[in-house]
Amino acid sequence: MIQLFAAATAEVPGISEAVLWAIILCPLVAFAVITLYLRKLPKIAGYLSILAIGISFVLSLVALVDVLGAGGHYAIYSHEWFRAGDLELALGVRIDGLTAVMLVVVSSVSLLVQVYSQGYMEGDPGYGRYYAYMSLFITAMLGLVLADNLFMLFIFWELVGLSSYLLIGFWFHKPSAAAAAKKAFIVTRLGDLGLLAAILLIWTREGTFAIDEIHGAVAAGTLAGTTLTLFGLGLFAGAVGKSAQFPLHVWLPDAMEGPTPVSALIHAATMVAAGVYLMARFFPVIEASDDALIVVGWIGAATVAVGASLAIVQTDLKRVLAYSTISQLGYMMLALGVFGYAVAIFHLFTHAFFKALLFLGSGSVNHATNTFDMRLMGGLRTVMPITFWTFLIGTLSLSGIFPLAGFWSKDEILLEAWVNDKGLYTVAAIGSFVTALYMFRAVFMTFFGEYKGGEPVDHEDEDSHFHGDPAHPHESSWVMTVPLLILTAGAIAAGWWAWGKEFHHFVEAAVPAEAIHKAPAFSYGIAITSSIIAVAGIATAWAIYHKRLVSSAEIRRTAFPIAALLENKFFLDDLYERAFAVNAFQRGWNRLVELFDTLAVDGAVNGTGWVGAQSSRVLRHAQTGQVQLYGVGIAAGVFIVAIIVFIANPL
Amino acid sequence: MLTLEHFLTVGALLFCLGLVIALSKRNAIGVLMGIELMLNSVNITLVAFSRFSDGFAGAAQPIAGHAFVAFIITVAAAEAAVALALAVAVYRSRQTVEVDQLDLLKL
Repeated sequence: MIQLFAAATAEVPGISEAVLWAIILCPLVAFAVITLYLRKLPKIAGYLSILAIGISFVLSLVALVDVLGAGGHYAIYSHEWFRAGDLELALGVRIDGLTAVMLVVVSSVSLLVQVYSQGYMEGDPGYGRYYAYMSLFITAMLGLVLADNLFMLFIFWELVGLSSYLLIGFWFHKPSAAAAAKKAFIVTRLGDLGLLAAILLIWTREGTFAIDEIHGAVAAGTLAGTTLTLFGLGLFAGAVGKSAQFPLHVWLPDAMEGPTPVSALIHAATMVAAGVYLMARFFPVIEASDDALIVVGWIGAATVAVGASLAIVQTDLKRVLAYSTISQLGYMMLALGVFGYAVAIFHLFTHAFFKALLFLGSGSVNHATNTFDMRLMGGLRTVMPITFWTFLIGTLSLSGIFPLAGFWSKDEILLEAWVNDKGLYTVAAIGSFVTALYMFRAVFMTFFGEYKGGEPVDHEDEDSHFHGDPAHPHESSWVMTVPLLILTAGAIAAGWWAWGKEFHHFVEAAVPAEAIHKAPAFSYGIAITSSIIAVAGIATAWAIYHKRLVSSAEIRRTAFPIAALLENKFFLDDLYERAFAVNAFQRGWNRLVELFDTLAVDGAVNGTGWVGAQSSRVLRHAQTGQVQLYGVGIAAGVFIVAIIVFIANPL
Repeated sequence: MLTLEHFLTVGALLFCLGLVIALSKRNAIGVLMGIELMLNSVNITLVAFSRFSDGFAGAAQPIAGHAFVAFIITVAAAEAAVALALAVAVYRSRQTVEVDQLDLLKL
């Protein structure tokens, strides 16, 4: 039975339900087949996985074109899964402007990452396993954006968590990778508790999981007040964990332990996008609650500040990019906090391209130098021209330089912030200066100046499958550079949609009209200011890290307390480790649970045994082996029963 | 006039005698005799009930009780043969048929 809910207007996407399910199922089938049959045939596993995600990508494009034709209006195909009492669970897919954009972002970036991985992961003993996990990861993310109800969304949400755990810990024989995987899993799980609480809350109060019905309840005002705020904050807690918002951002930099293409996927298209997607999907809920809106906006601002400031002091190229992602995700949340629903998704869209580009570029650099440490690089501009130019364009796009993609989306966030909250605007503007500063610091340290030799190859290390000579870096092979070039095209062109606000109208049709605030008109003042800020950041980086007009060591010495604070990541890791992991849990709660275990649980078990032993001490005398004594027992028993029956039923 | 109660009283007395013998005799043969006595007390009761019951709705007097007793006597004879054979076997291995000496169940 197919239910088709018409949107406010008669236009609905006419796309067939089977196509939408096929988008999820293709990578899932690839995952199953690789896991069951192709572990020993890695090359075929890779091709199968790329084929599967390629089909998903084409179908996603079909869906996008179809939804574009329907003006972003939505269709829902929902089926009853099972019913238990009042609980009714559905399996369903929903296609609208938001989902279509997410589908294309996820599947296109995934496809390019999959192709790139063929070069990056070449010769790895876990090549087949890698493609299996990647397929599962992509399945989970595609299912997440297609789900039409919260319950199904939660299942895919957790699948994203699981597969990210598997991929971050892909080289699990390295203790640091195993620890990073655990950290990512546990920290995001903290946020998921909030999401689960929100789901339970909405179920007990509204009796539904359907996204459409929740939107309807908010629009109709039946879901309001404290319940609405708590629901919104619960969802946001989930997003804080997944999208690495302050204070749960600590897992993301450590997640660099996974293979670099995994980082690209996590940072650009999948894992961290899930949180922003969730908030956008439930934007009407956030929008209706002023308190939730303030929390979302300011947590976003705090994340911008923390991510950007920490990115300045990193020496590891991938970690710079990781903190940059945290900061950019902060921008997206900040945008949601100032009613910029479409803008947040727009920034997610453009960010996916240039961040995937930057990560894949850093992987290409790693392939040439055998290290991610920028202090061992330099001067790669001439030997790796494709990597250099693509990386530079990605960096300019991220810094928000006209007319690249990042300029448009960041400019709109600043504009929304300026109109709705000057405090948030200030944070965002300072953040954009720091963004340009840290990104160009990375560019100057990596590609300019003298080459410092890279990391010598350790031939003792069996895990290392580095080919070539770090002393003489070379450009990567075409499977790695072609995805870079394609992503560069995205990083340049993805922003022009903003002109005329077609993207906005398209994405805004996915939520009820009541929740939409009119976007402010393009402002030259804001655009010029943000450009000047970005150029100032680049100039500062040029002065310090290229021309060395001011020594960075000098700055560090002058502002030592700040530098120490940043180099220790605001001591957050230490706080979590000492205060929570060691004191609160290991010494506190775990001791309590241990006491309960030894006293109550063990006590009950041992007590049962003790009662048995003690009673047998008495009863064992009855077992004499004298058959006649047993006969007496039987006869006496019959006699007693007869008497009882006689008393109960007198003649 | 003999009534049902007379027969039942005899049956009950016989059962109690048999029970006491079965539980108190040390010799296994004696125990067996007690058990035979209990079986036969049940036979008396069955026959008495059968003799004193009326057929349902004027039908012929039921003889199910009589038939039962014939079966029980047959089965009891077979059981006695088995039990005596057991007693002989036990005597051969343990040189005794005193039941208080046969306390292997205690192990």
